[in-house]
Amino acid sequence: MQIYLPIAEVSINAFLLLGLGGMVGFLSGMFGVGGGFLITPLLLFVGVPPGVAVATGANQVVASSISGVLVQMKRKGVDFRMGLVLLAGGFAGSFIGVQVFAWMTALGQIDLFVQLSYVLFLGLIGSMMFAESTRALIRAHRAGAAAPIRRAHVHTWVHKLPLQMKFRASGLYISVLPPAAIGAAVGFLSAIMGVGGGFILVPAMIYLLGMPTRVVVGTSLFQIIFVTGFTTIMHAINSQTVDMMLAFLLIMGGVIGAQIGARLSTRLKAEQLRIMLAVLVLTVSFKIALDLLLQPAELFTVTPGLLP
Amino acid sequence: MIRALILLLALTTAVASPALANEALVSGLSQNRVQITANFDGSEILIYGAVKRDSPAPKGPPLEVIVTVEGPSTALIIRRKERVAGIWLNRSSVNVDAAPSFYAVATTDKLDKILSGTEDLRHHITIPQVIRAVGISDEAENAPDFVAALERIRLDDSRYRIAERSVQLADETLFRTDVALPANLTEGNYKVRLFILRGGVVLDTQERLIAVRKAGLERFLYNLAHQQPLLYGVLSLVMAAVAGWGASAAFRFVR
Repeated sequence: MQIYLPIAEVSINAFLLLGLGGMVGFLSGMFGVGGGFLITPLLLFVGVPPGVAVATGANQVVASSISGVLVQMKRKGVDFRMGLVLLAGGFAGSFIGVQVFAWMTALGQIDLFVQLSYVLFLGLIGSMMFAESTRALIRAHRAGAAAPIRRAHVHTWVHKLPLQMKFRASGLYISVLPPAAIGAAVGFLSAIMGVGGGFILVPAMIYLLGMPTRVVVGTSLFQIIFVTGFTTIMHAINSQTVDMMLAFLLIMGGVIGAQIGARLSTRLKAEQLRIMLAVLVLTVSFKIALDLLLQPAELFTVTPGLLP
Repeated sequence: MIRALILLLALTTAVASPALANEALVSGLSQNRVQITANFDGSEILIYGAVKRDSPAPKGPPLEVIVTVEGPSTALIIRRKERVAGIWLNRSSVNVDAAPSFYAVATTDKLDKILSGTEDLRHHITIPQVIRAVGISDEAENAPDFVAALERIRLDDSRYRIAERSVQLADETLFRTDVALPANLTEGNYKVRLFILRGGVVLDTQERLIAVRKAGLERFLYNLAHQQPLLYGVLSLVMAAVAGWGASAAFRFVR
């Protein structure tokens, strides 16, 4: 069944879109990520224009994050105060990101910019995650050997900055500057890449801020809801590229997929899950890198222009 | 004597341009509006017509028919990728003033056989003639390559079509053709032009319009997105929130 998307102005099979949403939802339920880094490239692949893919991807992440945060709130896994600090930075980052997006679109380099961001960030995070989880898996195999002693939190330069604040749910007393900066970086990426930024936020919260793992996923989802929501509205105002029809189909598929994925994830070990996610992230990054490095079949591209 | 001369003159001009005076075109469309609804999957338009004449069809080159359908034009930027430091990125670009979003040509025979170059220049019938790209030569090297690429890309994705010998002509009088409008249609007025020709020369032309409009939900969403962008953005979020909450609630209920 073909469906005409009013903003993207293309006609795409509705079940294909439901399936895409379902597949990404399945992975996001399984690994606890928003899945924006998958949905945007997939939408480009089925013929949705880049601007619409990024803006609508952000809208879809809002829905999957809300679904996730509701589960985390029951487990008391959300540090609202930390979430609000991250958010303040996130709004600033997203605002700048949308401006840069519009500017790069005018220059004709938006595709390159989006692709480079994907290769860089997915490659970096994917490799780090892969290395870390392989070590963890090897450790787990050497059963009986003493696990390395882990302190509740390690004091680094992060803890010496001014504007200290108490984050009770995380059990932290740190400056608000690092979380605000991390939030801004994630907001920027959200606007450029159409992603929630969970794959950056989660490791940053664990390794840079020293937050307990218990509250990390919930807090990152909490922040992501608002950043991607803000990004959606900014794109809707600046470039009218949010396609509600497309978002609806992706979300419908996504929420069902997420529930199935969440069930399945309980049967797998945490290290195995992380290795699988790392391989997935690296695959996407590798595929995009290839597109940049190999000679494209068609050197010319046609985009709508404005009369001088 | 003078009367005889005038008669002779009249006769010779009549022989020299046999049909100019007495072959005219009448035409019709199966529909003059297309509505794009959510399940829009393309549309086929029947374009038909007849040649009206007050004397028998003249001898000489056969009658030929050309039908074109042209979507609304927009300005375009064509960019070319070049390899810089191992990476393929957009370097040079050319601005095209106006190129139709859709263009279909249907004819009774090979275009280069039935249409002369000067008539093409006058009536803008072939694809290179409908793409308006003036003064592009100083924008990039090999500027014509860019326009050729535009034609190639749009022919490949069926936005532009040339269907030679797809117009059926009976007795040099009645003709008909079907033009398929694709599913990824842009809104606007589609211009249908009909030409009858003999020996490469256009005898008569007619123009008609097909109004292509989004309808129903598509119309509503598109208007809202462009007229009330803030409201539209907020509505998208509400939709996402309701769907996200609804799904987890529904699954709890099922469990």
